[in-house]
Amino acid sequence: MTDKFETHEHDVLVIGAGGAGLRAAIEALAQGASVGVICKSLLGKAHTVMAEGGIAAAMSNVDAADDWRTHFRDTMRGGKLLNNWRMAQLHAQEAPERVNELEQWGALFDRTPDGRILQRAFGGHTFKRLCHVGDRTGLEMIRTLQDRGVQMGFDVYMECTVARLLKDGPRVAGALAYWREQGRFVLFKAKAIVIATGGIGKAWRVTSNSWEYTGDGMALAYEAGAELLDMEFVQFHPTGMVWPPGVQGILVTEAVRGEGGTLRNKLGERFMEKYDPKKMELSTRDVVARAIYTEVREGRGTEHGGAFLDISQKPAEYVKRKLPSMYHQFKELADVDITKEPMEVGPTCHYMMGGIRVEAETAQCSLPGLFAAGEAAAGLHGANRLGGNSLSDLLVFGRRAGLSAAQYAKTVAAPTLAASEVEAAEREALAPFDRREGENPYTLHRDLQVVMQNLVGIFRTKEDLEKALGELEKLKTRLAAVSVEGSRMFNPGWHLALELKSMLMVSEAVTRAAQMREESRGAHSRIDFPKTEAVWGKKNIIVRREGSAMTLQQEPTAELPAEVQQILAEEK
Amino acid sequence: MADATLRIFRGDGQGGATAEYRVPVGPGMVVLDALHYVQAHQAPDLAVRWNCKAGKCGSCSAEVNGRPRLTCKTRMDALPAGEPVTIMPMKSFPVIKDLVTDVSWNYKVNRKIPPFQPRPGVEWKYSQEDADRVQEFRKCIECFLCQDVCHVLREHGQHEQFGGPRFFVRVAGLEMHPLDGANRMALLKDQLGIGLCNITKCCTEVCPEEIHITDNAIIPLKERVVDQFYDPLVRIARAIFGGKEG
Repeated sequence: MTDKFETHEHDVLVIGAGGAGLRAAIEALAQGASVGVICKSLLGKAHTVMAEGGIAAAMSNVDAADDWRTHFRDTMRGGKLLNNWRMAQLHAQEAPERVNELEQWGALFDRTPDGRILQRAFGGHTFKRLCHVGDRTGLEMIRTLQDRGVQMGFDVYMECTVARLLKDGPRVAGALAYWREQGRFVLFKAKAIVIATGGIGKAWRVTSNSWEYTGDGMALAYEAGAELLDMEFVQFHPTGMVWPPGVQGILVTEAVRGEGGTLRNKLGERFMEKYDPKKMELSTRDVVARAIYTEVREGRGTEHGGAFLDISQKPAEYVKRKLPSMYHQFKELADVDITKEPMEVGPTCHYMMGGIRVEAETAQCSLPGLFAAGEAAAGLHGANRLGGNSLSDLLVFGRRAGLSAAQYAKTVAAPTLAASEVEAAEREALAPFDRREGENPYTLHRDLQVVMQNLVGIFRTKEDLEKALGELEKLKTRLAAVSVEGSRMFNPGWHLALELKSMLMVSEAVTRAAQMREESRGAHSRIDFPKTEAVWGKKNIIVRREGSAMTLQQEPTAELPAEVQQILAEEK
Repeated sequence: MADATLRIFRGDGQGGATAEYRVPVGPGMVVLDALHYVQAHQAPDLAVRWNCKAGKCGSCSAEVNGRPRLTCKTRMDALPAGEPVTIMPMKSFPVIKDLVTDVSWNYKVNRKIPPFQPRPGVEWKYSQEDADRVQEFRKCIECFLCQDVCHVLREHGQHEQFGGPRFFVRVAGLEMHPLDGANRMALLKDQLGIGLCNITKCCTEVCPEEIHITDNAIIPLKERVVDQFYDPLVRIARAIFGGKEG
């Protein structure tokens, strides 16, 4: 019954071709696995390409005193100790090796005077730690990984979207996807699947994320029965563009502050003195985002509702060399010359700390055969991610996921897929074409973004979250009646209608978890529970599906071993 | 708020024509914003590629009023006021639908290029000056606008014999890497057909990353090819002393 579909078979199927997916694919290939990589866009366009500031790794090239212990401590403190400590440890220990590997594969980082990889300061990092290429580190990383993977010989399925994960008994064993170009379905059989699909930023109105960030991987895993973790923690990057309207939300790299940029309100006050006098602009992102938001709310914002970020005290040539894409971005899109005048910036939805729950060493999910890495996975960053820790996360856990997936694939037989499941998934995906006179998916998307922006933003209250859940229910009902125009050929309206299902599911998980956590910690700020509570510091919130219902459960966090506690207590 | 008229190509590989749409124009609006407006309000199935909307991913390439551009960086207020804006797909590649073209040929060309190959026993150190030269080429966002405008591809359709400016930039990034030890001259000459380029600099003019494609990548590579294959002194020297081979 399934032979009516174009079918591909792999030992390891990687969904997502950003940094984590590509690194996973490379590692699985190195283990001798046959590897397929599916991506919604063209290869090389994933959101990793937008990463600007750098890769955090304790190379000690600039600050000799840096070491993995300090990086580990910074990460845990930045995450308000809710991080999976073992992931934070592996990450800090392995990041330097992963960076060196990139260099050996042809990446060209900026150099120190003695010719080694240069590192810059960033928020929450004790030492100069971010290996970078001006402000286009992500582009360098994705090209390097992409070329490496292509040379090693993975099969890439570009502009292809997974509609459902398929199981063989309890095992995850394949996926039904559709080619965006023709709208035809394609079946993938795989012994192991790695989810590396990134985050959910497109559920918010003001976001730095591209259209791809619709929470697909989290929703696919959840539907298949996997557990989600820490969903209440959504990072709002402090500095997105605020003007003109079309560019609102586009990222302004933290490297501007790393290179010495200062934040001021419309009165000219360097307001970070009030919020974090010690670290100032290089405080963690949760703190800086709240500070800017508060300044604006209390009437000290700029004309367009932001703060001023100024790097013009540095020599113009230096700014153009270290922040070239920021220079062009402001010049071309906002008519601002950042070497001469300040930028207007404000918080923008940027990153999901939560995601699929994974085992630290292997990146394996709670379902056999399913692995996850990068933004789609949870644990490393706890309640707040430090800048620069994302690119290193992609490398460290992308590699681990690829390794474990390939090893797992060696231990299991080829799966069989149930025709009934495949056909059900196909029918569901085509349903919007059968409906006439239904709502336009773009309208629905816009309404979802307004709900999440206004009710599940930087500051949250019980009333807002309850209201949001009510609104999400209504949106779910409306989604069931959405219809699409035109044919199946490259039809963005249809694609959006399918992606809305993932966005709504993940938005609900975020909202429910935010409602349950009655405290403020890291990126999760409750106006009605403003304090950080010790008892909540020992609890994670787990989200899973039971039948068609979403259930939430509190689980105690792992005990910290004595040697880890000792590292956390040290001062440097 | 003034309105603008967009004439957008609607069609597929079989053919098509432009259709007109009216769009309200706000401050700082770019062509991609206008296309998104059309999608959301008038033509939900309008096919457009885009990702970052900030000039960093190179997805939203099209021809705006006949000029190859990133639509995310083309301001509506920079186009002639009161005149319709015509938006067509890139001409050098087959149309899939509307503004989306089949750029898979580029990925095939890329696969021919031997990867970075560090010289044996190399020490992983080099100066920023050495990095600068190569980092210029590494800025490429693969928007393929240089491929679109290049007359060898656009007018003459020599896709089989020619790699195009994008891949000369890529080879330049490898050849001039301070630690690379491979030789890609035969590839440039025979498979990528660098000799077909007659240095009209159209590629350099459209590059949104302002890479000096012709001056810094193509011309030095042409010189290296000539040195290796056509310079009699070098050939004699190589015959006597041996030399770097591909």
